[in-house]
Amino acid sequence: MSDAIVIGAGIIGASCAHALALAGLSVRVVDAGLPAATAAGMGHLVSLDGNAAELALCSDSLTRWRALAPSLPASGAYHRCGTLWLAENEDDLATADDKRAALAMAGIGSELINPTRLAALEPLLRPGLSGALRVESDAILYAPRVADWLLESVGITLERAQVAALEDQKVYLADGRRLGAQVIVLAAGLQAGALLEGLPIAAKKGHLLITDRYPGRISHQLVELGYGASAHSGQGTSVAFNLQARPTGQLLIGSTRQFDTLDPCVEPALLARMLERARGYLPALGELNAIRAWTGFRAATPDGLPIIGRHPEREGLWLALGHEGLGVTTAPSTAALIRAEVLGEHPPLDPLPYRFERFQASAPAAAEGRR
Amino acid sequence: MIRLILDGEALVLPEGTSVAAALAASGDDHARSDLAGRPRAPFCGMGICQECRVCIDGRRRLACVTLIREGMKVERTR
Repeated sequence: MSDAIVIGAGIIGASCAHALALAGLSVRVVDAGLPAATAAGMGHLVSLDGNAAELALCSDSLTRWRALAPSLPASGAYHRCGTLWLAENEDDLATADDKRAALAMAGIGSELINPTRLAALEPLLRPGLSGALRVESDAILYAPRVADWLLESVGITLERAQVAALEDQKVYLADGRRLGAQVIVLAAGLQAGALLEGLPIAAKKGHLLITDRYPGRISHQLVELGYGASAHSGQGTSVAFNLQARPTGQLLIGSTRQFDTLDPCVEPALLARMLERARGYLPALGELNAIRAWTGFRAATPDGLPIIGRHPEREGLWLALGHEGLGVTTAPSTAALIRAEVLGEHPPLDPLPYRFERFQASAPAAAEGRR
Repeated sequence: MIRLILDGEALVLPEGTSVAAALAASGDDHARSDLAGRPRAPFCGMGICQECRVCIDGRRRLACVTLIREGMKVERTR
């Protein structure tokens, strides 16, 4: 019997398991090996400031990633490339300056880059951009490998099995076995919905495309300033420009956002829109050879923040899920919050904005209505 | 007959030959090297597997779905 069972071996589950194992707990990680967000996503470590709680989590987490970076294996492909948030006009520049101020409040340094300097930093960007905000501390990594590496820690046993049901301090596997532990951490992303009723998480489909190897052409992670704010904020299908150069020289290009579909097929019309938008920033992309396109599903909550912390009604159950597109960035702080709560330690940052209870606070009336 | 240049060497082959077939006709069918430097060669032959990426007149192309043209310059990619 283990002290803790973590359900889900993606970057969130692996980080939680790693943190609990470092605290001296014996940890069993159960994962069904289903396709999930960690393997599908971009692996970006990026400071987003959609609201104060999101920024606080990013800021704390990026500090933890930087501390961990020297220990990561080379195959983890951690690279502190920095992000350039691209401004297309004066309004974007104002947004960039607001973002600079917000990041500064969270202790994250960034600087406004004028068009001349931007062209020198990234010569393939189209002329005529108004400038950019450069966040030097942002990075990329290869999340599936990093998750596997985290699970190699002493004290962790990885079990390839499907969880069929969840009870208080008990996990039932599809093969009939029953596992028990004082602590169960549910970090199964979208799959968690099948194990626990009432989780407010929904799938947001995304497309990504990767090119052949073209080393030395792009240095930074490039993101349009609308990425966090306007481009992906609505309820409809949207595309926004997001690109990173992988250490192989391959260019990974995103992104799309779709609701109300669980069909994993690549949709050519939407992929075309995404690439057209990317080409609007980097005309040279049109000359390059793409070798693969795929889709994945983000597990999104109604307010865009993850659900981290003890389940208010279930004995011994902790939740670490709903990180949408920011799970790789925020995994270490998610794990630190879970660790602190499990061990009864002082939390590394205010845990309230991430707690499940926020979806229940206004719920009594609604719950009455449903009965 | 069509004359192309493969890695600096002239090859003369019939019209309608694919670049993948030209690679094979050269006596060394490898198209590129992977990240560890191991040779990779055309596999699916129908534009899906992406193994036969070569540089054709300066642009990365799939050898299996490209026909040779007079004066074409083909370079294996590293």
